[in-house]
Amino acid sequence: MAKMTLEELRKLRDSKKSEIQKRDIAGKDTQIIIGMGTCGIAAGAKVVLDAFLQELDAHNLEHVSVTQTGCMGLCYVEPTVEVLSPGMPPVIYGKVDAAVAKAIIEDHVMRGKMVSDHVFDRPSADIIKDGGK
Amino acid sequence: MAFRNYILVCGGTACESSKANAIYEALVSECKAQGVADEVQIVKTGCFGFCEQGPIVKILPEDSFYVQVKPEDAKELVAEHIVKGREVKRLLYAKEGSRKHAKVEDIEFYQKQFRIVLRNCGFIDPENINEYIAREGYVALEKVLFEMTADDVIAELRTAGLRGRGGAGFPTWMKWNFTKQAESDQKYIVVNADEGDPGAYMDRSTLEGDPHSVLEAMAIAGKTVGANQGYIYIRAEYPLAIKRLEIAMAQAREYGLLGKDILGSGFDFDIEIRLGAGAFVCGEETALLASIEGKRGMPVPRPPFPAVKGLWGKPTVINNVETWANIPVIIIKGGDWFSRIGTADSHGTKVFALTGKIRNSGLVEVPMGTTLREIIYDIGGGIANDREFKAVQTGGPSGGVITKEFLDTPIDFGSLTKLGSMMGSGGMIVMDEDDCIVDVTKFYLNFTVDESCGKCSPCRIGGRSLANLLDKITKGKAELADLDQMVEIGEAMKKASLCALGQTAPNPILSTLHHFRDEYLAHVVDKRCPAGKCKSLISYHILPDKCIGCTACARKCPVAAISGERREVHVIDQAACIKCGVCYETCKFGAIEVR
Repeated sequence: MAKMTLEELRKLRDSKKSEIQKRDIAGKDTQIIIGMGTCGIAAGAKVVLDAFLQELDAHNLEHVSVTQTGCMGLCYVEPTVEVLSPGMPPVIYGKVDAAVAKAIIEDHVMRGKMVSDHVFDRPSADIIKDGGK
Repeated sequence: MAFRNYILVCGGTACESSKANAIYEALVSECKAQGVADEVQIVKTGCFGFCEQGPIVKILPEDSFYVQVKPEDAKELVAEHIVKGREVKRLLYAKEGSRKHAKVEDIEFYQKQFRIVLRNCGFIDPENINEYIAREGYVALEKVLFEMTADDVIAELRTAGLRGRGGAGFPTWMKWNFTKQAESDQKYIVVNADEGDPGAYMDRSTLEGDPHSVLEAMAIAGKTVGANQGYIYIRAEYPLAIKRLEIAMAQAREYGLLGKDILGSGFDFDIEIRLGAGAFVCGEETALLASIEGKRGMPVPRPPFPAVKGLWGKPTVINNVETWANIPVIIIKGGDWFSRIGTADSHGTKVFALTGKIRNSGLVEVPMGTTLREIIYDIGGGIANDREFKAVQTGGPSGGVITKEFLDTPIDFGSLTKLGSMMGSGGMIVMDEDDCIVDVTKFYLNFTVDESCGKCSPCRIGGRSLANLLDKITKGKAELADLDQMVEIGEAMKKASLCALGQTAPNPILSTLHHFRDEYLAHVVDKRCPAGKCKSLISYHILPDKCIGCTACARKCPVAAISGERREVHVIDQAACIKCGVCYETCKFGAIEVR
């Protein structure tokens, strides 16, 4: 790169900032945990993981961390994803694919509205109804 | 494509010496082999500080803290943690006797630390300028070039109350102000990276882990005082720090953050590296400047101070690495923010290199005013092998010892001086009951005697006389009058030596004579070394009622001084014994006694 002007330096900083912030875990209040056991991976958890990362980038969400875990025990509805978001009950989604991942980001994380069709564990039935509506 | 995992591998000298490089290479090739290379970013960072447990590998976003990792572990780390999302439990850090901790925030070593100087160490790749820029890098330089006047910068440093971290604690804003006010066609900026205290490595780690923070601070100083040329004087024994500085300087030049017309501001500034040849006295600023000029590194009397008449007779700002690394943060967050950290006497933080008989040796950064007890017991995990704490040596060969009753003193520049020690560069060497205080003092004094440049007689002759007297004491040939003579010589050296090396060389003696007079008396009067370290004063004996005649000691003795039949009591021939202590370490029955 040639010598920079002030504007170019600021632009470079902004573009690199979001990249390095993903590495920083402080200040992230929402957690998306993807089940990456053998069952999850076989059912397509990797595609789901990529989809989440892409959606976070697309919406510029910097307060969300995506981590992986082993099998959550709900092997019949893999891939499974747990979402911990402030003001929302912890939810485990099952049968998640790229489209559902998009819905989870846009509805659950951004609007506080659960993706009811895919909730498989944690909140009791009436919460799902209310939250899902 | 965003990465889903970040693997941070420590690339500090301590971890590199235990194969961190090979671990990095192994992780890169494993990620390729297991098909996740595109999804994981592997970064070689600066020192994490927790050197005791190195090499360290941290994996984000899970924040898993893996310790004592070996290159062979790479395959398992990638297969388990990256591919399957399962932590490799056996490699996670655990405090002795407790369950494994996954998260960095749970590790006691980090809980009381507060990182300003080491803010980027162990987080960014020091060889990639973009990562520094992404962490508010060169924001401070922008502010100084386009928004602040020189007086604003100095006022900010004054509010901050930053004092020199090299040891003396001189207010940084005053140095800068003297140079700014001095009239001259040429001025210079110098970084003192000639870190020489035994056990101190905070400057090395800062330069290895975050070289741009120092480069940025130098340009800020250049703009403030009106200098266009900077020098980094670094010892040649720091090859990794030098390499990373060179890479950082090349990248900064390419981006136009060093060189002509920085960011179109019209301000020119460039930096050169000068390598020191390993003389301790070159850490003294006037000797350092002489060495840059190509002369023999010897101090000259001050005043005039370098701020007014320094390198090649021109006004020169010279600060220590740690001081420089504080500057960009102060400019960004403000002097007021900085002044609220620490004590009334000393603001901000201090980095200490914690070594000696301590469980978690490593690099720690704490707010000024933290007590020694917190540093040694909470962060350092206490004394290794459950021995008793005896003293802690601060300030290197110029400092003194601090004993148990002062463990709760909040540490700052003033309190350490009051205790007869000094802040120094931040080396902290912990001693336990097995250390002989006279022996340790002899080590420090011999260090300064070796490193004395010989120019002034108080240091050259005084130091040698003190060393001879200490030698007499450890050999059991000293008299009480010798102790008084040591004080007399020491006081004279303090008053008459030319530079800080000679002025502070007697400090270890004066301080230990004050705190551990009993131990000196044991050597001088009773001809006895309580810790059993001084070879001339001890002898090894076999206790007849405990010896079972296993012959283990006799077989290990390198000079065949132990005799005895099987199953019968053995005897040591005192005339042949070289007091190496092997028999003492070998005996499983506690039958060998040190007298």
